Amino acid sequence: MANSDYKTIVKDGLWDNNGVFSMLLGMCPTMAMTTSATNGFGMGLATAVVMAASSYLVAVFRNRITTEVRIPVYILIVAAMVTVVDLGMNAWMHELYKVLGLFIPLIVSNCLPLARLEAFAAKQSPLPAFLDGLFMGLGFTIALTVIGAVREIIGSGTLFADASLLLGPSFKAIELRLLPADMGVLMMILPPGGFIVTGLLVVGKRLLDLAAGKEIQMAGAHAL
Amino acid sequence: MTTSQTVSDVPAASQAKMFKHGVILGLFCLGFGLLLAITDAVTIDDIGARAIEDKQNSLSQVLPDDLHDNNPVTDTLSMTNAEGKELTVFRARKNGKVTGVAYEIFGTGYAGEIKLMMGIDATGKLLGVRVLAHKETPGLGDKIEAKKGPWIERFTGLSLGNPPLERWKVKKDGGDFDQFAGATITPRGVMAAIRGGLEFFAENQSTLTKAD
Repeated sequence: MANSDYKTIVKDGLWDNNGVFSMLLGMCPTMAMTTSATNGFGMGLATAVVMAASSYLVAVFRNRITTEVRIPVYILIVAAMVTVVDLGMNAWMHELYKVLGLFIPLIVSNCLPLARLEAFAAKQSPLPAFLDGLFMGLGFTIALTVIGAVREIIGSGTLFADASLLLGPSFKAIELRLLPADMGVLMMILPPGGFIVTGLLVVGKRLLDLAAGKEIQMAGAHAL
Repeated sequence: MTTSQTVSDVPAASQAKMFKHGVILGLFCLGFGLLLAITDAVTIDDIGARAIEDKQNSLSQVLPDDLHDNNPVTDTLSMTNAEGKELTVFRARKNGKVTGVAYEIFGTGYAGEIKLMMGIDATGKLLGVRVLAHKETPGLGDKIEAKKGPWIERFTGLSLGNPPLERWKVKKDGGDFDQFAGATITPRGVMAAIRGGLEFFAENQSTLTKAD
């Protein structure tokens, strides 16, 4: 593959065809996990690992998976990767697991990995498929972190609270309190806040794209 | 049999195809099943060790270290609580004598069950209460967690007679304990759980503190 294609994979994943802001996929973990920037970041990273691994595996086996059984095989692969991440994190990254553990199984219900397997990995060789999974996952991480940050600042008045639990004690410094504790607008941490913030950020991204003279991609059209 | 008739109606070519797809799907299941079995075997010891550490951490908050010279995590007693639920009691001992016990108590909050760990000394005085798991509203009901606020510390040192039983309620219900602004159901559920836990101790004091 030419270098420009890799560039497209990176740009598509992080911005142009962002899983959340452009394709509006994976709304279940997006709403559930973005009550704080730290939670969104952790969930995004776990998803990125699962996506990169399952995209790679699907590309490796793409000539063996017949069209008729591809969907169950994809789900099998995603579910297996989720379980491996779940067990591995529980055993070796236990502090992180205590924060995210409940939400790792949610990755199976995320349609973003499945969409990328179907739209990309099934037709590509392993390396580009791996990169697509990884950068789509990182784009997802960016989206969840940004949504989480907005909801956390308005909802609880903090930013990156508990980041040291996730990333280690040296990250204590990025845990900020921006507003007094009782100033938080509770609704932002509750589900309606998730929809409102996500909606406004989708609008914001499209306005930026318009200003940059880019063609607006319709939700999901590129993916499926 | 109807199923075999249906299958034999299908032309041989597509039967072979169906068989092929079945084999492919089966092989993938086998392969990834094997991968999961290996992952499980590799992680099972570490996960078990982490679970014991977690239990130790939550127990050490409700059973102070200077109260015991044994390991309460492994010194357990199985009992049945008033609701018929199986309960594991962790015992703290010094020189073989039971100095305190800890067990899980359950309350009903705004969004389902609240699970707590309660430590109580041999005379029935509360050593501490900690929330283990809950689904209360973040920012409102979650102030029952020790890391979100000091509310739960309020119970340390109290017992069934101090304050008297009828005052073991939130202020809104005529008791002694603060509720939170915007959340009464959560503290009410926690209060009920603690009261239940204290009553459980009072009813079973001799069994719980018996030095067998």
